[in-house]
Amino acid sequence: MSAFSVEDVSIAFGGLKALQNISFAVEPGEIFAIIGPNGAGKTTLFNVVSGLYRPTQGRFFVNGADVTGLPPHALAARGLSRTFQNLQVFTRMSAIDNIMVGRHLHERHGVLPHLFALPAVRRQNRATRAKAMELLALVGMMDFAERQADGLAYGQLKRLEIARALATEPKVLLLDEPAAGCNAVETRDIDNVIQKVAASGVSVVLVEHDMRLVMKISHRIHVLDGGRTLAEGTSDAIRNDPAVIAAYLGGAVRGGDAHASG
Amino acid sequence: MVAALQTRAGVMLLAVIILLLPLVLPSPFYFRIATLVFIFALAVLGLNLLMGFAGQVSLGHAGFFGIGAYAVAVGPTHWGIPSWAALILGAVAAGLLAFLVGRPILRLRGHYLAVATLGMGLLIAMVLTNEAQLTGGPDGMPVPRLDLFGWRVRGAMPWYWVSGVTLAIAAWLAANLLDSPTGRALRAIHDSETAASVLGIDLARYKLTAFVLSAVYGAIAGAYLALFDGLVTPATAGFLRSIEFVSMAVLGGLGSILGSVVGATLLVVLPQALTVFHDYEHIVLGLIMIVFMVFLRAGIVPSLAALAVRRKP
Repeated sequence: MSAFSVEDVSIAFGGLKALQNISFAVEPGEIFAIIGPNGAGKTTLFNVVSGLYRPTQGRFFVNGADVTGLPPHALAARGLSRTFQNLQVFTRMSAIDNIMVGRHLHERHGVLPHLFALPAVRRQNRATRAKAMELLALVGMMDFAERQADGLAYGQLKRLEIARALATEPKVLLLDEPAAGCNAVETRDIDNVIQKVAASGVSVVLVEHDMRLVMKISHRIHVLDGGRTLAEGTSDAIRNDPAVIAAYLGGAVRGGDAHASG
Repeated sequence: MVAALQTRAGVMLLAVIILLLPLVLPSPFYFRIATLVFIFALAVLGLNLLMGFAGQVSLGHAGFFGIGAYAVAVGPTHWGIPSWAALILGAVAAGLLAFLVGRPILRLRGHYLAVATLGMGLLIAMVLTNEAQLTGGPDGMPVPRLDLFGWRVRGAMPWYWVSGVTLAIAAWLAANLLDSPTGRALRAIHDSETAASVLGIDLARYKLTAFVLSAVYGAIAGAYLALFDGLVTPATAGFLRSIEFVSMAVLGGLGSILGSVVGATLLVVLPQALTVFHDYEHIVLGLIMIVFMVFLRAGIVPSLAALAVRRKP
């Protein structure tokens, strides 16, 4: 059974068909990239499967369970987590607090115990904090734990979002351009984190413009163009697919110097 | 954690001030002013849970304040309920109303939520005015004194301690909440509802939690004011009172527990202090508020705290 599958999903905004009949399935531990030119519908697809938009047609499944139409917080409880292309960091909170929010689904809730800071709540706070610190270490940001998020650099915020998404202990992790705006060193760090996460059995769905990163780490690639599926396959197959080359990649990939514009 | 420590330190500071202030207050008049500050700070603290933590505005908060105030007036007068029980009933009623009204209106955002809460506040004030047999209508009604198991709480001194201790406890509870999964969820919602929801936070549930809590804080404060004054009028629940709460919360600093107290202090004490300006009193008050907001944009306490941090080498 696939960890995550999308079946025949379409969405239209007014007359604009942003996605048409998209289907794919991702296995546990697989790194699955979705690429395509700007406006191809990649982020729209993420917004649909994370519950922010409702598809006009089609269904999607986490571990075989139909989760179409669930609100975002319920999807998160089913094991789906994501990051955002244009960051959605909690800017007025510290780095560690950002990640502690990500532990929400694993904490016990009750307003009265929280109000009175019962011993169990304090213990839980300590456990949450320790776990958040581990995740900060994973993305190499231990030294910035108490820094308020709006004082962090762009590449750090990208990594912070990944760590925060991981804090939910997802089965499926959707990463929307995790390496955008990051320098070579930061990109390599992110690349390492993604591979580590996938190796632990999490399915990673990746939207990314950095073709070198995509080609290097993806097990399979799904190409969108104008809201439709253009091709799907391994990086070698995609690299040599004439339709993909014509529509999007051009000669750049074959030349080895692949960095798609935008 | 640093923020949590600062918040807890703020609560400690508040408790120490409440404890030591009587040593320097020269007359019952000043105890009266301090009591008013504590009562208003309690209501503003509640509003701050909603506005400063969860980022949801309410322009009808005096409605809950009014429910608390009228509960301790109507309950003992008409139904023979002891004042303390009426106070609890009023708080429960306000919480229940917030729960019922909050479910539909907290789906709204920004200006739309502001207008919806404004409507709620106006409705409550209207009901309190129109149910004249119970509430005395536009003239209001007297409030029987609080009798706590034989201890008649009246006058400035006892009320100073009752309201001061309540405020300290309320601030302690709010600080605890801030440093808990609920508090983190509320702050997350304030910064990005989208991100909060994809992390598994049920937005509707947490906004409602903040709304209900803030209503309960407001109702208790309203009950205290009514018991302290010995009189309630519909103005207790009026629109201007709601605006006053919002001004206090914003001026002192949204999201700051100590800020609620500073905001309430300023807007309770300043009008008293500015009476020397006679006819120009309101102009001066308005100017002071504008100057504070221009120079301390995040509110008095957060702005000064940020300044202090920057000054440190």
